[in-house]
Amino acid sequence: MLTRPTVALAALLMLGAAPLAQAADKPTDPQIAHIAYTAGVIDVEAAKLAIEKSKTKEVVDFAKDMVRDHEAVNVQALDLVKKLNVKPEDNPTSQALTKAATEERAKLAKLDGAAFDKAYVENEVAYHKQVNGALETLLIPSASNAELKGLLETGLKIFQGHEQHAEHVAGMLK
Amino acid sequence: MRALPLIGALALAFAASPAPAATITVTIDRLVFSPASIEAKVGDTIEWVNKDAFAHTATVKGGWEVMIPPKSTGRMTLKEAGTVDYFCRFHPNMKGRLDVSP
Repeated sequence: MLTRPTVALAALLMLGAAPLAQAADKPTDPQIAHIAYTAGVIDVEAAKLAIEKSKTKEVVDFAKDMVRDHEAVNVQALDLVKKLNVKPEDNPTSQALTKAATEERAKLAKLDGAAFDKAYVENEVAYHKQVNGALETLLIPSASNAELKGLLETGLKIFQGHEQHAEHVAGMLK
Repeated sequence: MRALPLIGALALAFAASPAPAATITVTIDRLVFSPASIEAKVGDTIEWVNKDAFAHTATVKGGWEVMIPPKSTGRMTLKEAGTVDYFCRFHPNMKGRLDVSP
């Protein structure tokens, strides 16, 4: 049976590649922690590339906001897993996210100027949309620890803010 | 007898002066301005207390902006009457409103 989480997970995997052994199962807390942390690291890395490459103030400012917020969330995530004595566990979703992000970064690295700005910001809109969808439909409902759930809910609000911020920057570039 | 008119003038000045300016606190916790809507008077100070580990702003489109660093406080004294909607520039889904009377 195709459950909503399965659909969300497929969406999270971008192209629906990489069949998942556990696709029908809910991710465990150690896996959720790993997915959330990985998603943050990916956005920080993309932002660092933008800070290095972009010459547009709005894009660089946005990228700096991403570094600051995602690093702050991940510090909180690390503190929490330490406190809960949870060991984040690598999993197919984290791996698929990392693989897709590596490809996206390679694509962005080849672009310059306005083409880079446009591709970076559009990807930020799409990426945050995707992560927010996964948080809402899969990660938050699956989290069993209340504190982990709470942090994910705060994360969702932040990332929804980023999505709007990215849309605003995308609008300015047009 | 020069003191009397002076005291009278002082008393008059005091009576005519507006109520002392207040400080109104808006707390930011998990990306929410609370209370979201504030009624204040010109001369009052709004103090945003940020409990989050994230930087926020109180920004009025085409107007002023107050930076509110993580675990810190941002302040602004109201100079103009009117109703303004403000938001956080970093997280535009955070919204608040100030209703400022003269």
